[in-house]
Amino acid sequence: MSSVDLAPEHHGIRDTELDEISLHRRLAETWRTRPGLIGFLSSVDHKVIAKRYLITAFVFLCLAGLAAVVMRIQLSGPERGLIGPDLYNQIFTMHGATMMFLFAVPMVQAVGLYLVPLMVGTRNIAFPRLAAFSYWIYLSGGLFLWVSFALNTGPDVGWFAYVPLSGPEFSPGKRADTWAQMITYTEVSSLAVAVATIVTVFKQRAPGMSLDRIPLFVWAMLVTSFVVIFAMPAVMIASTFLILDRLVGTHIFNPAEGGDALLFQHLFWFFGHPEVYIIFLPATGMVSAIIPTFARRPVFGYLALVLSLIAVGILSFGLWVHHMFATGLPKLGASFFTASSMLIAIPNGIQIFCWLGTLWEGGRPRLNTPLLFVFGFFFTFVAGGLTGVMLASVPLDLQVHDTYFVVAHFHYVLIGGSVFPLLGATYYWFPKLTGRMMSERLGRWHFWLALIGFNAAFFPMHIVGLWGMPRRVYTYPVELGWGGINLFISAGAVVFFLSFVLFVINLVWSATKGDVAGENPWDAGTLEWATSSPPPSYNFARIPVVTHQEPLWAEREVLPVAGGLRVDAREVLISTIAEAKPDIREKSARPSIWPLFAALTVGATFLYSIFTPWAVVWGALPITISLVGWFWPKGAPEDEE
Amino acid sequence: MRRLASMLLLCLAFAAAGCQREERQTRPQPSLGDSEQGVPVTTLAPGGGSPLLSDAKAAEFEANAFQLSEGKRLFSWYNCSGCHANGGGGMGPALMDDKWIYGDSIEAIHASIRDGRPNGMPSFRNHIPDDQIWELAAFVRSLSGKVPSAAAPNRNDDMMPHPAENRLPGAATEGKSP
Amino acid sequence: MRRGLGWIAALSGSILAGCNGVQSALDPKGPAADELANLIWLFTVLCAVIWVLVMAVLVTIMLRRRQRRIHPLHVDQASERTVSRVVISAVAATGIVLVALTLLSFFANRTLAGVGEDAVLTIRLTGQQWWWEVKYENAEPSKILTTANEIHIPAGEQVRLVLQSDDVIHSFWVPSLHGKLDLIPGVVNSLTLKADKPGVYRGQCAEFCGLQHAHMAMLVIAQPRADFDAWYADQLRDAAQPLTEEQSTGRDLFLDRPCVMCHRIQGTTAGGTTGPDLTHVASRRTLAAGTLQMSRGSLAAWIADPQSIKWGAKMPVMNLTGDELNAIVAYLENLK
Repeated sequence: MSSVDLAPEHHGIRDTELDEISLHRRLAETWRTRPGLIGFLSSVDHKVIAKRYLITAFVFLCLAGLAAVVMRIQLSGPERGLIGPDLYNQIFTMHGATMMFLFAVPMVQAVGLYLVPLMVGTRNIAFPRLAAFSYWIYLSGGLFLWVSFALNTGPDVGWFAYVPLSGPEFSPGKRADTWAQMITYTEVSSLAVAVATIVTVFKQRAPGMSLDRIPLFVWAMLVTSFVVIFAMPAVMIASTFLILDRLVGTHIFNPAEGGDALLFQHLFWFFGHPEVYIIFLPATGMVSAIIPTFARRPVFGYLALVLSLIAVGILSFGLWVHHMFATGLPKLGASFFTASSMLIAIPNGIQIFCWLGTLWEGGRPRLNTPLLFVFGFFFTFVAGGLTGVMLASVPLDLQVHDTYFVVAHFHYVLIGGSVFPLLGATYYWFPKLTGRMMSERLGRWHFWLALIGFNAAFFPMHIVGLWGMPRRVYTYPVELGWGGINLFISAGAVVFFLSFVLFVINLVWSATKGDVAGENPWDAGTLEWATSSPPPSYNFARIPVVTHQEPLWAEREVLPVAGGLRVDAREVLISTIAEAKPDIREKSARPSIWPLFAALTVGATFLYSIFTPWAVVWGALPITISLVGWFWPKGAPEDEE
Repeated sequence: MRRLASMLLLCLAFAAAGCQREERQTRPQPSLGDSEQGVPVTTLAPGGGSPLLSDAKAAEFEANAFQLSEGKRLFSWYNCSGCHANGGGGMGPALMDDKWIYGDSIEAIHASIRDGRPNGMPSFRNHIPDDQIWELAAFVRSLSGKVPSAAAPNRNDDMMPHPAENRLPGAATEGKSP
Repeated sequence: MRRGLGWIAALSGSILAGCNGVQSALDPKGPAADELANLIWLFTVLCAVIWVLVMAVLVTIMLRRRQRRIHPLHVDQASERTVSRVVISAVAATGIVLVALTLLSFFANRTLAGVGEDAVLTIRLTGQQWWWEVKYENAEPSKILTTANEIHIPAGEQVRLVLQSDDVIHSFWVPSLHGKLDLIPGVVNSLTLKADKPGVYRGQCAEFCGLQHAHMAMLVIAQPRADFDAWYADQLRDAAQPLTEEQSTGRDLFLDRPCVMCHRIQGTTAGGTTGPDLTHVASRRTLAAGTLQMSRGSLAAWIADPQSIKWGAKMPVMNLTGDELNAIVAYLENLK
């Protein structure tokens, strides 16, 4: 066993001094999540937090999916009266807001939260208490939105909440405030995860994992996190401005007093378009992880893929105006955004071609469910990307903007581009999370049902959009002849929904009765497969040393490891950014109940501040107290130095 | 545990307020037939005010955000400002102050609009549907901060004659506004 | 497979059916929409070809006979180079296609912007929750015409449309004539409309604008020049006088009841401006912004209980007796 020894300093028990069995015992003792309710609420284990995220986000997916089914039933025929416009507006807003803010972003970030520390070979995420805090604030934001909805205070202004409709004059009551404040909750939580992810990737990689050996999924999460950090503040500013206009009577969006209604759209889409890539980039990372495993070869064009990820991340900030072509912007400026929107198709094209190259050069692929979903991803995402090219054209967009064509387009991109990879990722990493394989038989059924249901539901929307059916209508007249095709769409939507029922059955069945998976059931090459399934609380007994992009393929027999970390205190290894040379040992925070209290106080402040601006003042007090508690040194070994 | 219980109680309080506040009703209940308030038959009442018939409609309208904002819209559509000048008063009395000639209850204001008052206030009995009179009456109360700030209308998207109704000093029942 | 083909047949059948809808982007009836429909078809065909190519590669990959790989890291450098050449050329091809599409859309946009230097008529369209106010501008004040939800234009001539909003953002969209343009408070947009042939083209608000966004339609009615002029002159006249006893009772009721608070009828004392102008309401084809076909029955239904037809609309339910309702309907029905 080769090992890189870190210079021993003062006291404490080091992993180099222990044999395997006592090492496991010691580490388990140090890193465990304490039992009991308090222990449960105090956990800072990235895997525990990520699982909570995953389950919560899945629940929100189901709720938003149900909202979609209700809408589809309402739209299945002309002039149907299942729900009136008031409820329909709330439901379509809940569907969009939940899918975007409570399902998609938290879900992909949660997958990152679970996998990134494992993939880079460290014991925990950086800033684990911040991660715990982010979950609680996310949960309170989600509850805030859905409890408000149950109380007839659900937002009814669309997930985009354009002023003046969402503004003080046209949205009486607190419904629009609910939307605006939900943004604050969820964005705070995703910013927190993004910061933790970036620091983990930059500073906690296993020795030897230089920049060119970072798994593509980790690259994707890194780029995504940067996009989060630059995009999310824009929407938080927009929603805060909205609350200011509504609550304290500022005139930021009031044209009569020198404000500007279009400013809101700029701020919103400056976030809104990168948002799409926040959801999509991690999915490309998942595809980049699944394809090499099943093609049994390293990914083709690693460098090109990394550069494409970065290019997409940067370019995504330069095309928000293509959501606003119909607002009558100057023609030349609009054409610039056509060009930039077209431009982003190139890095995305490079990714597609590299994946196809990998599959082409790889061995005969094993057609397991994860790969099936990746094929489903190609089938739908390429179509969605191409309709995206159509939408990038200013004049063409003027005909299809805000019609069902656009609805079809972004569901192809978001479901095809993100949900299908996520489903594939579930089948792929489920054994790592639970130690059991998912049923292949049910998985295949699920895949085909999902693919057929999805396309049946969304393909005809392109057509009905070109026929002139606008979005966000709660009904349509008989004479326009859209009844038949909408009935077909609704039937497809029900099939698609049923596929998820099958998925849930598969999840539950497999979690208890699935075949036991070993450490590495797919014989994959990245580090998360180097530890047991499910991984122990400390992830790796000894920190692996990376010698290749696919470390487990390069070192078939025994993985080299680094030693020298303390085992009686939570310590992680910090490495240098570029070369990932071991740098220093760093403490990792112990479990604490304070992040929960901090989230409660912050959440209560947010909630109260839609009623009075004084909430910010009075809320600062309990928040300060909870932060003092959070950072109070308690004399644990981690507090030394 | 107690913290949790008090949180729950708080939530329930908000819930009850929320349901009442956010309900949107555009058709009169009952929608057909005469749902109008009775007419006072005498001008005499103990204490010198006019007799008030309390009405089930009052609760439905007085703290409902949607009805209040509709009232605000109608206040300008029906040109109430012609005499009351955005509530500041002109030919008609001011509506923003604490002086109420006929009392500050929604029933009294409703009666004023419906039946008119001496010295110039016309009767709108036939000109404005009864529910819209209730909306107007509810809004008029908000002009002097008599409704909860969470339900009172926000500012309009035009020039500002006075602070928005939800920012009036009396309106801040859920925390003082700075 | 056969089911798939059936699908495609059914779909393409219905596409063709939709091509001649009154509100279809694929059924252009004016130069702007024509240009756009061509662009849509071109992009669609091109995108379909690219999609089929990618799928063909994917299918080939699945069907190709190969060995399972034993050593995942063993890579054949020669074929690797071939693949990278293929990938690079595919990327280059993508680039070329995208540049071509960008230029295409740029020039299409320029063509659209170039139309409409010499409009014969300026119409100011104001978005309201949830109907359209249509105002024909004229230098002579007596020739300014205000109507609602119906835009009459002379066929074959260019008309300038000035778009503005009094409340929230709406979007003007008549698919068979022109692409969308938003009506934004504080912003004035304008576009040039031209219908090649006489006809009735339906349009609908395309930006979510609140409760009745679904019921905010309008008709553009293109007429031969002579018919248009006749219509215009007709619309400028005062409202028709009541002809029968019932109609004149209806008029009196109209002026006494809430109707008068919002609606204007030229030639009477009704001067409300917050609702649609009703001077020639019976000459219009629809009621409540395209929600109902104009007829005596719909008028009665609408006035009796607008909130059950268009929930949330600003028209309130009024307590009218059956006789009063009949009289008002009789009066309005006469306002051709």
